[in-house]
Amino acid sequence: MIEMKDVSKTYPNGVSALNEVNLSIEQGEFVYVVGPSGAGKSTLVGMMYREEKATGGSISINGVYLNKMKERKIPHLRRDIGVVYQDFKLLPRLTVYENIAFALEVIEETPKNIRRRVMEVLDLVNLKHKARHIPDELSGGEQQRVSIARAIVNHPKTVIADEPTGNLDPETSWEIMRIFEEINARGTTVIMATHSKDIVNTMKKRVIAVENGRIVRDEHRGEYGYEA
Amino acid sequence: MVELYAMSIEVNTVMKLRTVGRHIREGGKNIYRNGWMTVASIGAVTTTLLLVGIFVALMLNLNQMANNVEEDVEIRVLVDLTAQEEDIQKIEAKIRDITEISSLQFSSKEKELESLMETMGEDGDQWELFEQDNPLNDVFVVKTEDPIDTFDVADEIATFDNVDEVTYGQQVVEKLLKFTKYARYIGIGLIAGLVFTAIFLISNTIKLTITARSKEIGIMKLVGATNSFIRWPFFIEGMLLGILGSLIPIGVTLGAYYYVYNNLREKINFSFVEIIPFDPLAWQLALILLAIGAFIGVWGSVMSVRKFLKV
Repeated sequence: MIEMKDVSKTYPNGVSALNEVNLSIEQGEFVYVVGPSGAGKSTLVGMMYREEKATGGSISINGVYLNKMKERKIPHLRRDIGVVYQDFKLLPRLTVYENIAFALEVIEETPKNIRRRVMEVLDLVNLKHKARHIPDELSGGEQQRVSIARAIVNHPKTVIADEPTGNLDPETSWEIMRIFEEINARGTTVIMATHSKDIVNTMKKRVIAVENGRIVRDEHRGEYGYEA
Repeated sequence: MVELYAMSIEVNTVMKLRTVGRHIREGGKNIYRNGWMTVASIGAVTTTLLLVGIFVALMLNLNQMANNVEEDVEIRVLVDLTAQEEDIQKIEAKIRDITEISSLQFSSKEKELESLMETMGEDGDQWELFEQDNPLNDVFVVKTEDPIDTFDVADEIATFDNVDEVTYGQQVVEKLLKFTKYARYIGIGLIAGLVFTAIFLISNTIKLTITARSKEIGIMKLVGATNSFIRWPFFIEGMLLGILGSLIPIGVTLGAYYYVYNNLREKINFSFVEIIPFDPLAWQLALILLAIGAFIGVWGSVMSVRKFLKV
């Protein structure tokens, strides 16, 4: 359960990215965040894992209030939320296996559990055979699957994706979307900022449209609503 | 449930043993992952520690010599030839009252003559004539706690009754003591300067390797790593760099010292110039270099990683 009340974000240079946004997302929902470039999509999702800090209003995730959170507790918040980025953000010198295992090493999981869970998620994203490769040896789609695997290996209740298909060709994008749907089917909340009209209009879900820092539309089984 | 778990981690800040192992492994792996940067960092440590090693060896020897000289400084109080037994006891009591002294020895005129004859060797025999009518004075040998006080104490004793003369090799001692004092200060200053330069050099080199990894540090934080989780491998890596960098200086310093000690010892024949034996000094030196190396490695690395942790 994610709740935003009157959330605003003004950058130090005076630019207002979000303006009194109210939003509620139930556990297990699948939500697209759409809107033109610079409308505030990335700011909106970035606030949910405290990459961005709200300057007004309150945000809570599963009962934890993010604006009151101390700096040193942020790592713990990020362990309960899986994040997938447009540029994958994989550690370039670690193998696929080590990249995913890192998310479990930070919570001091036992080596036995690490091995079991990493192999589980690698199986889910169909990359067991690439476990020993480093990210540079993988295609973009494969790298994004690794980053999804890393995001879900902790069994987070929420997965946030900021334009996860932005760097991928259409066919690979569909592959990625099927994985997100699978994750969502297991009860995980998925929140995805996207520019892909095809995806939003084909895989019908709740759509939140952001323009000029405000939510202008919030529909279940909504349309993309912009020219691609 | 999830929050409870997060809280329990927060409370229990003690690192699990396997995490300690993980940090050590990661730190070690970084040594070879960084290739030439590792070589550069180790090179910086090696160069400075070579200088530090040679310098510390010289300093310790100078210090030893200064100590020897200082220990040899003694005040000889010559008692009047006419002084009676009770006069001598009075002098002794008065000297004992001086707080700065550390030792007081009485040497009778007979003993003085004996030791004089001994130092003369065979020629000493002719002094036997004097055994019946000893022309020497009874002597008090006084040492002060701090050699610097020698002058004041000597002046004070000279004013006592029945004291014929007070000797302590006046000007020579004064100059020597001043010299050893300044030599020590300069030496400590130079070593501190060298260590400081080393820290600067190394933290700069390590900063280069870490800047290259700043993106990785950012990613680690986004995946939920705490600052200390990220910092520990760097700590280990810095320590290993420092220790590896100290190996060559230790070898060179020990080798050179062994050579110098064995070849120069016999050639130097001044009583107060005495090279410290290889055995205890060499191992102390090795430990000092190892410790300095590890310290500057850790310092340089931890200082450099600090600024990248704010993500």
